[in-house]
Amino acid sequence: MADHRQTTLQALQEKFSAEASEFRGDPRLIVSPSQIREAARLLREQYGFEYLSGLTASDYWPQYNPRFHVVYVFSSFQHNCRLEVRVPLADEETVLPSISAVYYSADWQEREIYDMFGIRIADHPDLRRLIMPHDWEGYPLRKDYPLGYEEVQFTFNVDEIDLRKPKPTE
Amino acid sequence: MTQLEEITVDEIKHLVSARALQGETMLLNMGPQHPSTHGVLRLLLELDGEVVLNCIPDIGFLHTGIEKNMEAKTYEKAEVMTDRLDYLNTMGNNLVYCMAVEKLVDLDVPPRAQAIRVIMTELQRIASHLVWLGTHGLDLAAMSVFLYCFREREIVLDIMEMCSGQRMMTTFFRPGGLWRDVPAGWEEAVRNFLKIFPDRVRQYERLLTNNPLFKDRTQDIGVIDAETAMRWGLTGPTLRACGPALDLRKTRPYSGYERFDFEVPTHTKGDVYARYLVRMLEFTQSLRIIEQALKKLPGGAWRSDDRKFVPPPRAELGVSMEALIHHFKLWTEGFLAPKESVYTAVESPRGELGVYLEGDGGPKPHRVYWRTPSFVNLQALPVLAKGHMVADLVAIIGSIDIVLGDVDR
Repeated sequence: MADHRQTTLQALQEKFSAEASEFRGDPRLIVSPSQIREAARLLREQYGFEYLSGLTASDYWPQYNPRFHVVYVFSSFQHNCRLEVRVPLADEETVLPSISAVYYSADWQEREIYDMFGIRIADHPDLRRLIMPHDWEGYPLRKDYPLGYEEVQFTFNVDEIDLRKPKPTE
Repeated sequence: MTQLEEITVDEIKHLVSARALQGETMLLNMGPQHPSTHGVLRLLLELDGEVVLNCIPDIGFLHTGIEKNMEAKTYEKAEVMTDRLDYLNTMGNNLVYCMAVEKLVDLDVPPRAQAIRVIMTELQRIASHLVWLGTHGLDLAAMSVFLYCFREREIVLDIMEMCSGQRMMTTFFRPGGLWRDVPAGWEEAVRNFLKIFPDRVRQYERLLTNNPLFKDRTQDIGVIDAETAMRWGLTGPTLRACGPALDLRKTRPYSGYERFDFEVPTHTKGDVYARYLVRMLEFTQSLRIIEQALKKLPGGAWRSDDRKFVPPPRAELGVSMEALIHHFKLWTEGFLAPKESVYTAVESPRGELGVYLEGDGGPKPHRVYWRTPSFVNLQALPVLAKGHMVADLVAIIGSIDIVLGDVDR
């Protein structure tokens, strides 16, 4: 039912005066952070996209404006189609509204992007770190976060190694 | 020495009832080292006597940074990481990753490779369901089921080892096809499995399906309706047990599934027992698919011959200069992918397993995101468990069939 996807895409594109593109037959829509909650509500209630398949982010550091793209993949079972919606975030300070009141499963997925990318989510019911320990510093999936080559810390050398550890730039 | 911080009740106060703060109800840790959590999952339970009032899952104990690590490897080399996500569904992980890469760079897969991929993923589905069935039985004190299940799983793992040299971490599918063609005797081994397995499924059914103890422990436990389940993003047998026949193999066929005749078992009750019944029926459907695929198994190439993406066979290296250059380029730099992104998904034994793959024009992925079914399904656990006994919680965890490697990534 690619038709349903096209009509949805066109309707949303007009409503939010959003940009749309396509790659290998998969359309995607770019909306601003302030529009995403309304877009999610419409997709679920009006266009029959019952569940949220994926929610993730991609970091374009050192590029700013946008620094991040948050990617939502909405799926519809009754119309058998999928729609990708992207939300560009200018920098680390930009706040993303939560859609977990519309799609419950966005709860953990938003916590995950908060945990991994440090993207701030507004109106989230339970915004805590999800995968990393609650006192972890830095956001691992950001591109300015170093990968690997860390010494194993034991209780007797925690402080010593902490001093020479690469620190993520805040 | 740095003092480790304790998590205080303050931090989770919005998640528990007011009675917990007065000490009227009990906050109890279940896990991370608890046999029935199927790995390292910590559940913080708020209990009133034996009744679960709130359940707060705490995950991340098995986090290995696979998504970050994959960004540092070339497309082909990153594939070994995919096995380590959902270690009971390695072939399925390989498949979805290869499909994502193939879609990103527009690479074709020969029909023989596609058919073998289907057979291997279905065998893997059976093996994964066998582990689920065994451990689920074990959780509910049906010890012998476990032993029978692992006996049959061993046969499947032997077939895996036959093709890839590894029982579990196979990395058998590669972008563009397979690592090698299947060895002589493989078809015979699969046929042999097809012959003995239907009877073994009946054996498991005899042990559990009409067992009054098993039914008492599973019927009307952890009930969820279709609409709520969809909203929580549940997929796979957990969703199919409450109605919707959402199976990506049927709704959005990939890798040639549209050529096979099979059914999508569903149930309407949405409790633990319904999930059990759905998975038991899936054994038979997987067998049907394997049988048809084996019957129609095409000959010919098992890997694409697009030399910009697929290394040439060893024999060509000695005689062709071009082959040597391709070999060198592909194993040092790797192939380049466009600055674009794709999302592909397959039906894993647990639900929709998706990969979002973004290229940056270079030989390494810019971002690999795994939409893992265990992660999304586990979120619904507090909803399913509310109001049940602690012992039922064990049954519910077993019934949504989580793999912690898949949850924490």
